[in-house]
Amino acid sequence: MTLLKVENLTKRFGSLIAVADVSMVVEPGEIRAVIGPNGAGKTTFFNMISGFLTPSTGRILFDGKDISRVPASQRVKIGMARTFQITEVFPELTVRDNLQIAVEASAGYGLSVILNEEAREEVHADVSELLELSGLTDRADRLVGELSHGDQRTAEIMMALALKPRLLLLDEPTAGMGDQETFDIAKLIRKLHRQQNLSIVLIEHDMRIVFNLADRIMVLAEGRMLAEGTPKDIAANEAVQKAYLGTAG
Amino acid sequence: MTNNGSLTRYAPSVIGWIVLVSLPEWINAVGYTDLGSRVVILGLAAMALNFLLGHTGVLSFGHAAYFGLGAYGAGLTLRYLAPSTGLAILVGTGIGTFAAMLIGPLIIRLRGVYFAMVTIAFGQIFYFIAFRWNTVTGGDDGLTNWTRQPINLGFATIDLKDPVAFYYLTLVVFAVATAIMAKLLASPFGRSLLAIRENERRALFLGIPVNLRIWLSWTVSCGFVSIAGAMYALLNNFVDPRALHWSQSGTFVIMAVLGGMRSFWGPLIGSAIYVVLQDYLSSRTSNWMSLVGLVFVLVVLFFPRGVLGMLGRRSAT
Ligand SMILES: Nc1ncnc2c1ncn2[C@@H]1O[C@H](COP(=O)(O)OP(=O)(O)O)[C@@H](O)[C@H]1O
Ligand SMILES: [Mg+2]
Repeated sequence: MTLLKVENLTKRFGSLIAVADVSMVVEPGEIRAVIGPNGAGKTTFFNMISGFLTPSTGRILFDGKDISRVPASQRVKIGMARTFQITEVFPELTVRDNLQIAVEASAGYGLSVILNEEAREEVHADVSELLELSGLTDRADRLVGELSHGDQRTAEIMMALALKPRLLLLDEPTAGMGDQETFDIAKLIRKLHRQQNLSIVLIEHDMRIVFNLADRIMVLAEGRMLAEGTPKDIAANEAVQKAYLGTAG
Repeated sequence: MTNNGSLTRYAPSVIGWIVLVSLPEWINAVGYTDLGSRVVILGLAAMALNFLLGHTGVLSFGHAAYFGLGAYGAGLTLRYLAPSTGLAILVGTGIGTFAAMLIGPLIIRLRGVYFAMVTIAFGQIFYFIAFRWNTVTGGDDGLTNWTRQPINLGFATIDLKDPVAFYYLTLVVFAVATAIMAKLLASPFGRSLLAIRENERRALFLGIPVNLRIWLSWTVSCGFVSIAGAMYALLNNFVDPRALHWSQSGTFVIMAVLGGMRSFWGPLIGSAIYVVLQDYLSSRTSNWMSLVGLVFVLVVLFFPRGVLGMLGRRSAT
């Protein structure tokens, strides 16, 4: 069964049409890349799916249910998690606390003042597992704000993963990174995808990552969908080459 | 944690409590026990404000409203209702907390300076009510003709007329209140508040209902500030509208920033500095407020994390 179905999504900011009539279907377990030049409307598209913005027109179906008007925090509860183009973490808290907050939020403990032994151990185990998975164990007690850009990104992805999502939305996970960090993040995404049975939609500029990870690619330009297909289709698509691959690189 | 680590971690708290508990012993020589009570009560108010400011990241400039409601609640209870100090504290706390709970939903959508402005506006409403409603509150002259009453514990009666006895009552209230706040902050609930302080957007996309949490934090914070208000009225056997005035809110903010918003005990240190400076300077110059202001500016410039924040940094490195 289809996990995410986006139907004719449009977003207007005043007279500017940031996203125009875009549709997309994501199957369980799929990795989908969304590419396009700056200002194409990719982030706006994500913001509508995750509930940060309300669409001007169009619908978003998750698990077959219309969630177009469901508030963001509620979308998290039904299995959607996201990261941001500019890393959003809790900079003055430790890596461990960042993850613990995510785990506790996901478990619905946010109103608890006293946790029983069992719950505490469960939270602890989940946090340790996330640290292990991400390779951040040795930096667990450092403040996230003091880590390298790549490690902060990793921490953010792990916070999203702590929510046990079925759909993970990653907005330019390798933005502003060097080659090694980019490669590490790609490896992490691959690993998480394999272990957690996730669907992933990622916005990405680095074409090596896109062609390496994605099952299917959607190309946006000036708010419109320019093309959609397998990496092979996209590589061969002339319109895409002209609008994007040729120029942006 | 190494032994040494936990030692440096707990030593300041232990020393702090020893100082507080023994305070009447060494301060009484100068006859300043009430000054100690003031430090502790205003310290509690500043710590309560800091629950919202330092640990949730929301700036209120209207906490005096709930401080004042606590004070008037206690004073009016003793004046009109019953000669019971315990009841006075309960009523004052109840009124302040309840008012905050009701006002909360009207303001929690606001952020930053807008939130601060609207908290001032609500505070000033209470100020003018107390100011105008002469027949009940005594208006500008304040609420007089009442005193704190002995507390009857069944097996013993504590005569609170004695400043030292009242200081210890204050300290017990302070200990219970701060223990509860510390417990809240160290819990999953408290961590979700830190999350909001650190990054509201991230918190929201972890599924944390941000506005609802701010409402809870606001209510808790105002609740403890109204306890402090009730104790403040009992300390002075007097309340006047200045307890509700926005400048009183400003004093709490100054104390929190002076001592260090990011540390749990910082605002208590801020209160001690403020109260002692005020006491020392106001007997020498009518311009004491500008001197306190100068100290404030210097601390903000050179120790942006406050006095305790700075000490914490030093000992951490
Ligand atoms: N909140 C907003 N208000 C007004 N215009 C916006 C807003 N968000 C994005 N835009 C505009 O919408 C267009 C698409 O932006 P965005 O979705 O961020 O593109 P991309 O992520 O593909 O680079 C841009 O022209 C941008 O300036
Ligand atoms: Mg973008």
